[in-house]
Amino acid sequence: MTAELAILGALALPLLGAAMIALANRSPNAREAATLATGVALLATVVSLVAPVRSGERPSVTLVEMLPGMPIAFTVEPLGLLFALVASGLWIVNSLYSIGYMRGNAEKHQTRFYVCFAGAIAATMGVAFAANGLTLFLFYEMLTLVTYPLVTHHGTEDAKRGGRVYLGVLLSTSIMFFLFALAITWHAAGTLDFVPGGILSGRLGNAAIGGLLALYMFGIGKAALMPFHRWLPAAMVAPTPVSALLHAVAVVKAGVFTVVKVIVYVFGIDSIRGLSSVDWLPTVAAFTIVAASIVALRSDNLKRRLAYSTVSQLSYVILAAALLTPLSVMGAAMHIAAHAFGKITLFFAAGAIYTAAHKTEVSQLDGIGRRMPWTMGAFAVGAVSMIGLPPTAGFASKWFILSGAYEAGHWVAIATIAASTLLSAGYLLPIVFRAFFRPSADGHGHAHGEAPLPMVVAMVATATATVLMFFFADLPLSLARQLVGG
Amino acid sequence: MIDSAHLPVLQVVVPLVCAPLIVLVRGSRAGWAIAVAASVFFLGASIAILMEVQRAGVISYAIGSWPAPWGIEYRIDAANAFMLVLLGFVAAVVAPYAWASVRVEVPRENHYLFYALYCLALAGLGGITVTGDAFNLFVFLEISSLASYVLIALDRDRRALLAAYQYLILGTIGATFIVIGVGLLYLMTGTLNLADIATRLGDVRQSRPVLAALAFLTVGISLKAALFPLHMWLPGAYAHAPSAVSALLAATATKVSVYVLLRFYFSVFGTTTVFTAMPMGDVLLALSIVAMIVASIAAFFQSDLKRLLAYSSVAQIGYITLGVSFASATGLTGGIVHLFNHGVTKGALFMLAGTIVFRLGSTRLDRMAGLARSMPITCAGIVVGGLGLIGVPGTAGFVSKWYLVLAAIEAGAWGIAFVVVASSMIAVAYVWRFVEVAYFRAPSDETSRLKEGPAALLVPAGILLAASVYFGLVPSLTLGAASGAAEALLAGPR
Repeated sequence: MTAELAILGALALPLLGAAMIALANRSPNAREAATLATGVALLATVVSLVAPVRSGERPSVTLVEMLPGMPIAFTVEPLGLLFALVASGLWIVNSLYSIGYMRGNAEKHQTRFYVCFAGAIAATMGVAFAANGLTLFLFYEMLTLVTYPLVTHHGTEDAKRGGRVYLGVLLSTSIMFFLFALAITWHAAGTLDFVPGGILSGRLGNAAIGGLLALYMFGIGKAALMPFHRWLPAAMVAPTPVSALLHAVAVVKAGVFTVVKVIVYVFGIDSIRGLSSVDWLPTVAAFTIVAASIVALRSDNLKRRLAYSTVSQLSYVILAAALLTPLSVMGAAMHIAAHAFGKITLFFAAGAIYTAAHKTEVSQLDGIGRRMPWTMGAFAVGAVSMIGLPPTAGFASKWFILSGAYEAGHWVAIATIAASTLLSAGYLLPIVFRAFFRPSADGHGHAHGEAPLPMVVAMVATATATVLMFFFADLPLSLARQLVGG
Repeated sequence: MIDSAHLPVLQVVVPLVCAPLIVLVRGSRAGWAIAVAASVFFLGASIAILMEVQRAGVISYAIGSWPAPWGIEYRIDAANAFMLVLLGFVAAVVAPYAWASVRVEVPRENHYLFYALYCLALAGLGGITVTGDAFNLFVFLEISSLASYVLIALDRDRRALLAAYQYLILGTIGATFIVIGVGLLYLMTGTLNLADIATRLGDVRQSRPVLAALAFLTVGISLKAALFPLHMWLPGAYAHAPSAVSALLAATATKVSVYVLLRFYFSVFGTTTVFTAMPMGDVLLALSIVAMIVASIAAFFQSDLKRLLAYSSVAQIGYITLGVSFASATGLTGGIVHLFNHGVTKGALFMLAGTIVFRLGSTRLDRMAGLARSMPITCAGIVVGGLGLIGVPGTAGFVSKWYLVLAAIEAGAWGIAFVVVASSMIAVAYVWRFVEVAYFRAPSDETSRLKEGPAALLVPAGILLAASVYFGLVPSLTLGAASGAAEALLAGPR
């Protein structure tokens, strides 16, 4: 299989899968088999791109000329490949988990759920491999629209309200700011291609660069930079597998991925380093990290706490990219992968608790670790990775970000990372403590054991991967190094 | 075979002759067949003409071989050739659609009249588009307008009569203004041939009567084009007309009027007179922006789907005139391509609304609770069309908005560029009113009994909808034609 064919395959496979899932509406087993088979085929396709990209190739495909000079085109570069690997790999695990969750909770409209999920993965692949701003924007919007039915899955008043915030914030930021930024970039540079080193150097003045950066950063609403983060907690009304894969991995990572992509390939870290007009970004990201951590600390609802933790962790990536040093940008790329594995584990655990024990609040979790040891064990691993301690993936990425901050002499960033390490320990470790060391409160409640087997398997797999990524960080590291041209 | 040199006149004559033919035949089935044949012929001829114009340049046809400026000249360049294709495309899709739709929306004894008037309206709109003669233009404008007044009034709903009457009064005022403008031009130049007027204006180009003519024509044509705040007739007319008529008029009638405005501005008066001696650029700009915002907000507050779509049309006309107001190549290209893109999208939406009428008998939003459950294809189509109104990438609406934003940035009008993108958000709000009603409300007894619309309605609507997506992903055809049209117009008096 040539690399070009693999790109098209990565885009077409999930769509084909969606069609098969829709056709297998009548037979749930065949439907789930279609999802899993598509997932495996997709991962194999994406993996086949690793060797050429690591050897320095940049395979690309052009579909159609959408606007003059702006085709719908795809190029595989290291960052996009890393993102695609994470998303397609976790899709398989998540599908396994979804089967347990959706059946365990007897959810309705399961076919629509799986179809939209496959569609969301197709859009994610488009974002990951987009060769220019227009293509990226096209798939970015597709991702918003195709995930909307997933957020509003339950169809209740709450779901409708959450869906309104979700769509409202994501569409309005992207259309008002992101699209506007793309138009300005096109006007200034005459191209929207993603080029190593950027396309804007010398074309805009200091103030204009700062304004344009603001339009991009706030326009990419999926990165949840405050004050445009509200959609993420709102999206928590969705079934947990949606929160797990989409709002811990695919959708939010599409956001920070785009942020890194824009900073590296549109602005160019070397061209804007030292400009006074881009100074504000690390500060805003730092504020988001701390403020979101504090909200997480004060949330009793488990999914809401995890959502704010995600807001905070996403801004790690933005902060790292905004430091504009090669080391910190490597850290940003690593953190996209590391956070994905850790956070999906945490969400898996939250969904497992809901399925087995019907509990949603942190204060209800006393002693649950004894009934659900696998679940809470996986949760503990995820929590350690969030905090950034060895031996988990979160340590490696944080290490690079810290080194970058030190290199840049950015003391605000260093202080923020230190503070947020304490804060995230503060909002995650008590949950683990409650689960294992507090006596169970509801002795009279109904007895429950572990969650359904597919869910446990999925959780253990992601928790294991979180640890393995610490010991075998070669692949993400080499891709991250290529990103900064090292 | 017909000599292709006569296509410009046949384009008008064929539907014009078909109208009395239908009245003579009287049968509704035969009437429908003739109307479909006329529309398909119109589409074929318009494509042939567009290709001829792109190959050999401007076509000039002397009616009855009387040479211009004494005889009536039909003159077709890249701009009106593109309009003809839009007209033909929409007419050829709406005519087959009309069969099923008209059966439920128009009293049986009037079916043959409907098809006759449909042909008349098409002939009138085609005539306006091809003619190079100011008075001939006025005549065709009246033919198409009178036909559309009656077409609107044909609906079973009695409120259609009032709407048609309103349109009649305002439309006649508009026509009066136009004829006064044409009269003033005749007074100053002694000719009615548009190209001839342009050359003879010479020294008197900026004299008081000519400027007055410009003002009269602007107001008159804006009334016909429903440019805010002269749009009062439009919501009622589109909401109460038979759905096939709403689709045809929304997609073509106002668009042809905008074309007439472009023709007078760029090919007769010239940019210096219009945009420098008179502040038409600023006037259009201000009115366009108000239209984009106020009409979109008004659309949000409607309780009837067709009325909502009608207000959205008023807003979208604002986008078109916004492009015109920049008087630049990018702006005009954006405006003209939006003529086409919006025509196709809104045509599809009105046809889908007609499908709902066919089953539900109403387009009131509060009666559509849970409609997506029983009419999934229709509702999904409306969502796709709605995304086109918002301008989501991948739809034709995105292409035109991209050009409008670029035109504003080129002109240094950053605030306006921002207003263009920001106003899309109001479109999100009004499209989502339908989504929440159709997808999230529990189906009522009434809606849960309904079946999906018939293929006779869905297929034509689907064709227009597919076009609106196709031209969003692969817009080279429309963009090429639009930029050719913009170039032809900017070249000035021909």
